[in-house]
Amino acid sequence: MLEINCPWCGPRPEAEFRCGGEIPIIRPTPDCTDREWAAYLHERTNPKGMHRERWLHVLGCGMWIAAIRSTINHHITRTGPLAAPHDEASS
Amino acid sequence: MFGMNRSRSKPARYGLLSLLRGGFNGQRHWTPILNEPETPDRHYDVVIIGGGGHGLATAHYLAANHGITRVCVIERGWIGGGNTGRNTTVIRSNYFFPESAALYDLSLRLYEGLSRALEYNIMFSQRGMWMLAHDRHGMEMLHRSASAMLLNGVDAELHDGAGVRGRIPGLNPAPRFPIVGGLLQPRGGTARHDAVAWAYARAASRAGVHVLQNTEVTGLAQAGGRVVGVKTSRGDLSCDRVVAAVAGHSSVLANMAGLRLPIQSFALQAFVSEPVKPCLDTVLLSPATGIYLSQSDKGEIVLGAGLDLFISYAQRGSLPMMEQAAAGAIELFPQFSRLRFLRQWAGICDVVHDSSPILDESELAGLHFNCGWGTGGFKAIPAGGWLTAHHVATGEAHAIARPFGFSRFPTGAMIDEAAASGIAH
Amino acid sequence: MTSLRLDAGGSMIDRARPLQFRWGRTRLAGLAGDTLASALMANGESVFARSFKYHRPRGLLAAGLEEPNAIVQWQEGRLTSPNLKATTLELHDGLIAAPVNAWPSPQFDLLAANGWIKRFIPAAFYYKTFIWPHWHLFEPAIRRAAGLGLAPVHPDPDSYAQHVDQVDCLVVGAGLAGLQEAASLARQGKKVILAESDPWPGGAIFGPAHDTERAQANRLAAELSACPNVRVLLRTTVLALQDDGLVTMLERLTDHLPVAQRQGPRHRLWKLRARDLVLATGAHERPLVFDGNDRPGVMLASAAGQLLERQAVSPGRRLVLAANNDRAWDAALALAMAGLGVAGIMDARTAADPARVAVATVLGIRMEFETVPWRARGSRHITAVETARIIAGGAARPTGTAIACDTLLMSGGYSPVVHLHGQAGGQLVWHDGVQAFLPVPGALPCRMVGAAAGDGLGHVRPVWHISADPRRPSAKAFVDFQNDVTAADVALARSESFRAVEHLKRYTTLGMATDQGKTSNINGLAIMGGLAGLSPDTVGTTRFRPPYEPAPIGAFAGHRVGQLLRPVRRLPAHAAHASLGARFEEYGLWERPSCYPKAGETEADAVFREAAAVRAGVGLFDASPLGKIEVKGPDAANFLDRIYVGRVSTLRPGGCRYGLILNEHGIILDDGIVARIADDHFLVGTTSSNARIVHQHLEEWLQCEWPQLLVAIADVTQQWAVMNVAGPNARRLLEGLACDIDLDGAAFAHLGHREGHVEGVPCRMQRVSYTGELSFELAVPSRFALALHARLLACGADLGIVPFGIEAMMVLRTEKGFLHLGSDTDGTTFPDDVGFGAPVRLRKDDFIGRRSCLMPEAMRPDRRQLVGLQSVDGTLLPIGGHVLGKGQDRQSQGWVTSSVNSPALGRAVALAMVCAGRSRHGEEVVVWNRGGTQRARIVSPVAFDPKGERMHG
Repeated sequence: MLEINCPWCGPRPEAEFRCGGEIPIIRPTPDCTDREWAAYLHERTNPKGMHRERWLHVLGCGMWIAAIRSTINHHITRTGPLAAPHDEASS
Repeated sequence: MFGMNRSRSKPARYGLLSLLRGGFNGQRHWTPILNEPETPDRHYDVVIIGGGGHGLATAHYLAANHGITRVCVIERGWIGGGNTGRNTTVIRSNYFFPESAALYDLSLRLYEGLSRALEYNIMFSQRGMWMLAHDRHGMEMLHRSASAMLLNGVDAELHDGAGVRGRIPGLNPAPRFPIVGGLLQPRGGTARHDAVAWAYARAASRAGVHVLQNTEVTGLAQAGGRVVGVKTSRGDLSCDRVVAAVAGHSSVLANMAGLRLPIQSFALQAFVSEPVKPCLDTVLLSPATGIYLSQSDKGEIVLGAGLDLFISYAQRGSLPMMEQAAAGAIELFPQFSRLRFLRQWAGICDVVHDSSPILDESELAGLHFNCGWGTGGFKAIPAGGWLTAHHVATGEAHAIARPFGFSRFPTGAMIDEAAASGIAH
Repeated sequence: MTSLRLDAGGSMIDRARPLQFRWGRTRLAGLAGDTLASALMANGESVFARSFKYHRPRGLLAAGLEEPNAIVQWQEGRLTSPNLKATTLELHDGLIAAPVNAWPSPQFDLLAANGWIKRFIPAAFYYKTFIWPHWHLFEPAIRRAAGLGLAPVHPDPDSYAQHVDQVDCLVVGAGLAGLQEAASLARQGKKVILAESDPWPGGAIFGPAHDTERAQANRLAAELSACPNVRVLLRTTVLALQDDGLVTMLERLTDHLPVAQRQGPRHRLWKLRARDLVLATGAHERPLVFDGNDRPGVMLASAAGQLLERQAVSPGRRLVLAANNDRAWDAALALAMAGLGVAGIMDARTAADPARVAVATVLGIRMEFETVPWRARGSRHITAVETARIIAGGAARPTGTAIACDTLLMSGGYSPVVHLHGQAGGQLVWHDGVQAFLPVPGALPCRMVGAAAGDGLGHVRPVWHISADPRRPSAKAFVDFQNDVTAADVALARSESFRAVEHLKRYTTLGMATDQGKTSNINGLAIMGGLAGLSPDTVGTTRFRPPYEPAPIGAFAGHRVGQLLRPVRRLPAHAAHASLGARFEEYGLWERPSCYPKAGETEADAVFREAAAVRAGVGLFDASPLGKIEVKGPDAANFLDRIYVGRVSTLRPGGCRYGLILNEHGIILDDGIVARIADDHFLVGTTSSNARIVHQHLEEWLQCEWPQLLVAIADVTQQWAVMNVAGPNARRLLEGLACDIDLDGAAFAHLGHREGHVEGVPCRMQRVSYTGELSFELAVPSRFALALHARLLACGADLGIVPFGIEAMMVLRTEKGFLHLGSDTDGTTFPDDVGFGAPVRLRKDDFIGRRSCLMPEAMRPDRRQLVGLQSVDGTLLPIGGHVLGKGQDRQSQGWVTSSVNSPALGRAVALAMVCAGRSRHGEEVVVWNRGGTQRARIVSPVAFDPKGERMHG
């Protein structure tokens, strides 16, 4: 059971959260190719190491938050409010 | 092609006579099962990255079916140490779509003959595999699945609640989620997971395949748009083709080739109780609780639960999953409450959106992937090896493997079993 | 009979409180403060069990939870627990226990025959045989022989509590080191929990040589028990140290009491986080590996020391010590000073601690150095130990002498209990002095102190196995006692390529028993290292997996059993349905009426009657679980346009519309009615099962993709109860209510949404129809559900109102060809598959899932499409039956998704998903259901009132 520091609620147990996967994932415009769309839907960095991802504090404040977590030992080094995908990408 | 390292004593045959002989010589006539060269050859026809079940089976079938023996299996740790040695050992082919049924039933059929084909007892125990239904809708879905399986040429029996109870003694008489029926695949069952890896390794080694343990792949050599070699912690090897069979780490390996895969790595946890005398004679999956369980030959109750849905390369368990598995076990068998959990662990699964595997040559010519098996790779080991070997040897995907290529992503032709049958696969 | 209770001593026992207990069929007596193990020893029992594979007689090896041999089944009445360790099972009056894995008794056991063929069945023999003719022929016998105790057959009457807590400091282990740490932290004013597995504090202090430490431990224990900021938890074992320092521990609350006195939860599972975590978990003594080291009478020195200290029990009257370290001497010296005969001490080292040697000399004990045990003589019990000298290269040469004894105390060094540190990912390093893995202090949130950190373990001379040729370990020298793994098995594994420590474990089963190798793992990997010329460091350990000690499955489940596994969700008007005789069933998340059978009616009768009544007059249906999500804000219309397949912004306030919500893969996520309450205010209706899912879907897209949109979302599903009045007389019924909404068809047409009051209660009313009839959905605050329901029934009495359940609703909607999500659709269904392709094609702006609907697979003309199916003979088609062509081809072309007997049409009606179905209306197909076949014709999905005139009435 990880302990996740919600920027709105403080440290809370993992059971209150749900992981939403990698960020940022940039949504292509509708005129993209099938390949580009498939890449958006399916391809992920899936790194062995630090991972930027979003978590929903589903049994808490209901906010999506951003986190940086090691996929090797699960340790979360940083959490914060979620930015829009393009802001996230440029940050 | 035979280096000096290949000269070795005649491998010991397995069997009762050999054991009796050992009884009089102090069991000293046994020989290494692995063909481990002190220095690898410079060139191999095929390098297989990953000494798990799929990699070793691929090596075996390359030799046995296609006569290709200049093969090297590279394993970062010890063979069979990944998901092959960390799963709940269930083997079944109770699939909904014909594509999946063809794949997994090929595997099951190969499993049925594997101990004899490889002269190694993998203890495939066909004690049946049940999927339960807990409500009207679940039962309707089992009807749909049962007919689909039969049409797919797979054995299936549909039973109502009383039929299930008659066949599985000890089920909770007053469960929270009623047991209104069950779908049985009589040919399903469990096997000794480690033995599968060892059996393939022994067979491949006897055919001359090299096995390098404790050897890490650090990069891939490319030339002219092809993969031409593998960089390892024990030096560079050149080769014509590379097979990546590194479940859990497929994305990491793809990254070496500059590829991104439609895969996420999630941990799947498993649990065993202390061993007790036989009390559960089948394999049981309960969708309402999300758990499946069986009893090993050693007597342990083996339990699996769902995936931890965040990316993980840590092969370890967590408390919430253990609690979920415990609650699920007690819901089905309340008498198990006083049994004790002995151990929990986790394996890292390649999870694809449709939970179906990827068996294909990648965009980098010569680099094949056998990946994406999700939580069900163990039962697919013989087929995964068979089909991958076919593709590598012939240059063409086997008909059974064709639907499971990379091309299904840009076309959208998913093979999503869970979505269609309502049952997690 | 060699073991005995001494007349004096025993810090834990109360000689004034004798306890009766039963061991198998034998009635025995012990004392309060005994464990089952000490009580049995006090009664002279020496064979406690049979081993797992060879069924060799086994006595006690250890004194704590690391014990591999003394495994028992506890059973009193219907209560039973298998595989308990006699060393940790506290004696209570009336305790009944029996050995496991031995039949008829541990003294005489039929499967001991396995011992006679031991030479033919080395480690892993089963992989090499039982192949022909078939494993199935052998497996049943192997299964029966395996396993230890018996699983209970009755549900567990006990309950298990769980407790979540935070504390400044957790100290694990109340030995001297743990007591010191806890006291020092307590004096700083910290809130401290001290957790100890044993029922008493003090750890493994024994013998007169340690009087000072004992006094200190007693003083500290007393100090701590009086400290208000300290909680000492005895009988509490820390099981796991996992993510972010989460500690799981099991407190055994009632196991030590007589069954009749047990009250409340049996165990409490703690989930604890501590800012400061101190592990004072001590060390486990290791056996020496020599021929016959598993004979009853051969035991760990520390175990004998602890039995003497705590329960004044000696394992024998004539003892010998074989050790390779100083600490082990204390046990022998303590026993000698207690008046027992110590026939000799042999030590593998060239010399020992002079102080201990001096004591031994005074006691007249014979000492031999560079000497090890060569072989234990005896069968059911040791009678003598032959000795050997260690010579160059680690080989042993028998001296030809034997020392007569009834007990051999052995010590092969100590393994610090680093399990929790290892579980948390801590590193270990091999220490040559103590010959053990020690924890590397590092980034972990825990500190290790005392013997767990290697303190006080002295200098150990490694003697990993004793044989004439170190390259040929003996097949009679045991490494893993419970699983019967010998030193020769380790060599066998190596010779067959299984050199890796995990391979060693898996191939030989070393360390896989219920003790998880606490006394065997290090010996095993060191023997492997010795054979390969590698240090134990290089061989490495297997991973430390939770739990540290087996713990009941019930403790992990806690309260999540029975009805609390998932509490049943009931409708606000549940009581009203119950009084109408509803048959309840769980549909998705809710318990709802499936039908309201009258006396003598079958379910089918009731469903048929109810469905017919709705078409003929008026029916009342409780639709409260329907999801209701409010979406409000200046950008609400814009936002919902991006969510729904059809445009929402074109909806006028007061109107509502049916819509599909897709996921980004283009798959139908949900369907329902969206209503526009005001320009900036919408009510999103969802299916009963998906309210939460849709709510999260909306929030995710709003927060993560379009945070700039000014929209607020609230799930109000449970705030509103919904009553659906449907049938040709629906309006007439409502006209009997006090209502400020104009119900006239012109003012309030089909797909209208109104807000007002009914019977003085706020009401949201929609004209939507899932039955195909004139239909009103009245939503009122949930607390008025019962009142509204009663009022509707009363007003409808004259009209013959009939309450109807889900199953009648399914009949009505199937007749109309209305989708039921999850039945007619599944996780592969695109909107076009169910006839909603046009909105996707027509809209040029983007919405969730649109792009995926334009992928080649989604546009294939031969996809499965929703159609109606009509059996040729008018009989019911089986749901789940597959659609085949009329030829011999057995390729499935789809399946029946809904199927009902239609009262309105007087025949069966079905819906199906069929390949290219829309272009095949009129075609005859075969419905195949597990071998049975029926002929059917593909028709329009709308079987009843195809023009939809009735619901517009």
